[in-house]
Amino acid sequence: MIDFELSDGLKNMQMLTHQAAEMAMRPIAREYDEREHEKPWDFLNMMWEVSHANPIGGSGDRKAKDGLPERNLGMCVSIEELSWGDAGLYLSIPNAGLGGAAVAAAGTPEQKARFLKRFTEGGKPKWAAMAITEPSCGSDSSAIQTTAVRDGEHWVLNGTKIFCTAGLMAAEKSEGFVVVWATLDRTAGRAGIKAFVVEAGTPGMYVTKVENKLGIRASDTAALVFEDCRIPLDNILGSPEVPKTSEGFKGVMATFDATRPIVAASAIGVGRAALDFVRETLVQHGVPIRYGLPSHKLTALERDFMDMEAQLQAARLLTWRAAWMMDNGMRNNLEASMAKAKAGLVVTQVTQKAVEMLGPLGYSRQLLLEKWMRDAKINDIFEGTQQINQMIVARRILGYSSKELS
Amino acid sequence: MVSFKPTDEQDLISKTMADFAREVLRPHAREADEANRVPGEVVARGWELGFVQSMVPEAQGGYGDTRSAVTGVILLEELAYGDLSLALHLLAPRLLTIPLVVVGTKEQQARWLPRFTGTEFATATAAFVEPRWDFDPTSLGTRAERQGGDWVISGEKCLVPLARDAEAILVYATTPDRVAAFVVEAKARGLTVGEREKNMGIKALDTYPLRLDGVRVPVASRLGGDATDVQPLVDASRVATAALAVGVSRAAFDHARDYAKERRAFGQSIAQKQAIAFMLADMAIEIDAIRLLAWEAASRLDKGQPATRECWLARHYASQSALKITDNALQVLGGHGYIRDHPVELWLRNARGFATFDGLAIV
Repeated sequence: MIDFELSDGLKNMQMLTHQAAEMAMRPIAREYDEREHEKPWDFLNMMWEVSHANPIGGSGDRKAKDGLPERNLGMCVSIEELSWGDAGLYLSIPNAGLGGAAVAAAGTPEQKARFLKRFTEGGKPKWAAMAITEPSCGSDSSAIQTTAVRDGEHWVLNGTKIFCTAGLMAAEKSEGFVVVWATLDRTAGRAGIKAFVVEAGTPGMYVTKVENKLGIRASDTAALVFEDCRIPLDNILGSPEVPKTSEGFKGVMATFDATRPIVAASAIGVGRAALDFVRETLVQHGVPIRYGLPSHKLTALERDFMDMEAQLQAARLLTWRAAWMMDNGMRNNLEASMAKAKAGLVVTQVTQKAVEMLGPLGYSRQLLLEKWMRDAKINDIFEGTQQINQMIVARRILGYSSKELS
Repeated sequence: MVSFKPTDEQDLISKTMADFAREVLRPHAREADEANRVPGEVVARGWELGFVQSMVPEAQGGYGDTRSAVTGVILLEELAYGDLSLALHLLAPRLLTIPLVVVGTKEQQARWLPRFTGTEFATATAAFVEPRWDFDPTSLGTRAERQGGDWVISGEKCLVPLARDAEAILVYATTPDRVAAFVVEAKARGLTVGEREKNMGIKALDTYPLRLDGVRVPVASRLGGDATDVQPLVDASRVATAALAVGVSRAAFDHARDYAKERRAFGQSIAQKQAIAFMLADMAIEIDAIRLLAWEAASRLDKGQPATRECWLARHYASQSALKITDNALQVLGGHGYIRDHPVELWLRNARGFATFDGLAIV
């Protein structure tokens, strides 16, 4: 039966996460935006303590049959709240993250156990990251130049990766790992691309740069260089064969079906922060939003606000649908991209409009609105740009392959 | 618990309506628009589907199905996918029957509902919109005053579907305490049905202006009695408009998508060009977005939760979106979109009305 009311379990989780966001994230949000490259260790340790027993990002295994029928939806709900608190801080929370998602999507049961167990076992905070983008290729991940060559019982990796979220924490500052996309055969295109798990501290893996960014400054975005970096043979996710077709690549790409709704949920959290703030400010000044009136009686502010609210809610429902499908074992490639495309664009527009609506209050660094606008924009870019997600949606609705529409 | 899965019954209704839309409504759509009339055959076959009779309680000869706004939006989307004018004609009796089922008194139900359970289309309608640029649904210009044992109603209405043939019209008016609705018989003194309106879209649907000059109705004609809040009905009509907008949008999208795959330019299908492909992708995303907003608002109505905001936003968003989607569909067809041989210009004209239509359908 069609229903949009969260189960009691998820409502409860939503409430608890919201409290954490309000009490632990909001008070330090500005500070760690201004102090880029510094880490809020008290917050990170606290989140690790809370979450390793009851992972916010899950164990990383998003398809696990662990008796949690609403795993993906639950993640969307809690991540929206955390991002309402602060998107940069949310992205810096130690967990299995995108690297874990890749292991979950493409790894064997043995690999899942070997790589993901550390996120539920306690100890010191740990991060896992995913390294795909290179200086000369982003959206076109089939053009990856980083190579993996077999040498006896090892794979040897060589290449440069950039824009790796939490790359510093995963590669050097914790006992985590980085999932690196590399090609076994540059002439094989997509079919040659495989994902490899590189444990933190592996010789030959170096963090060469931590980027300075427009927003999400509390989260590190790293450049990694691999120089004859040797990893065990069984650290390849999936088969080491280079198939005639690009099925294997599709398997790796399936990671995004799980992660795109989560990015969309995070985006919505930022948008809601801005929308909540605008509404509260207006109400405080005796300007409530009136629903159901004809346009000639509405102020421009009210019209804008209603547009923003409707857009944001639509993005949320698309996101919930994509997560719900995954929870119910349905293929959600189209719906995940729809949610991501919509949410990324909507929050970019909503936060920009919110800054405009409150005039000098919006533009001032005394408040958080301008920060939310800067933070929001990343959602239109990472985990597949707006345009890449439009492309995926277009291919699916038209029934075109990547050859037919590119 | 969150779920996006319709019930088996809703799936069946959706499929039945989709078949009817494809086999009966769509083939008649262009001709009906050009001729400004709804073919009798469509009316007869539409009536057989029972979406007026189904919700009438068994005591009054109906099927006694539970009213569900969610089922309603699913049904309306499919009908509008076929053709909006024809759908609005077939749905018009529900403008009276659904309010009666939802809030009508026992006497009102017993008096009116049995007329809508026969084998032939029984006409009824509602009058909500008023012919003024500053029409305000929260403060209707049509007024009802209490005089002794009667209500006396005065004012002007427009966009009243099928008013010429209706046995009864549900008239929305402002009373001293709140907005209310009154069941007014067609033959009531002081009620004048004006000349058929000429609209840019929904041309096959005959709509009329009404003039109420001190129309006197018994106290018992006030829908649901004196304490009844009609806001949930107004909300239900808003979400109905949103659902119709989804259907029209999807019709335009499907046509544009198929055309874009066939039409070739510069050695490939125009759908293989990003300029067209991305437009189609955005249309698909927006259609799902407005459908989900409509579902959510309807679901709140079914749970008896406050839904004024959600229904308003769904209609507000859907009416803007439908216009943009049908306009983009026309653009995909280029010059062919502008020609009346193709249906897209018809959908654009119909979609233009969603920002104006209020109370023309209900779920």
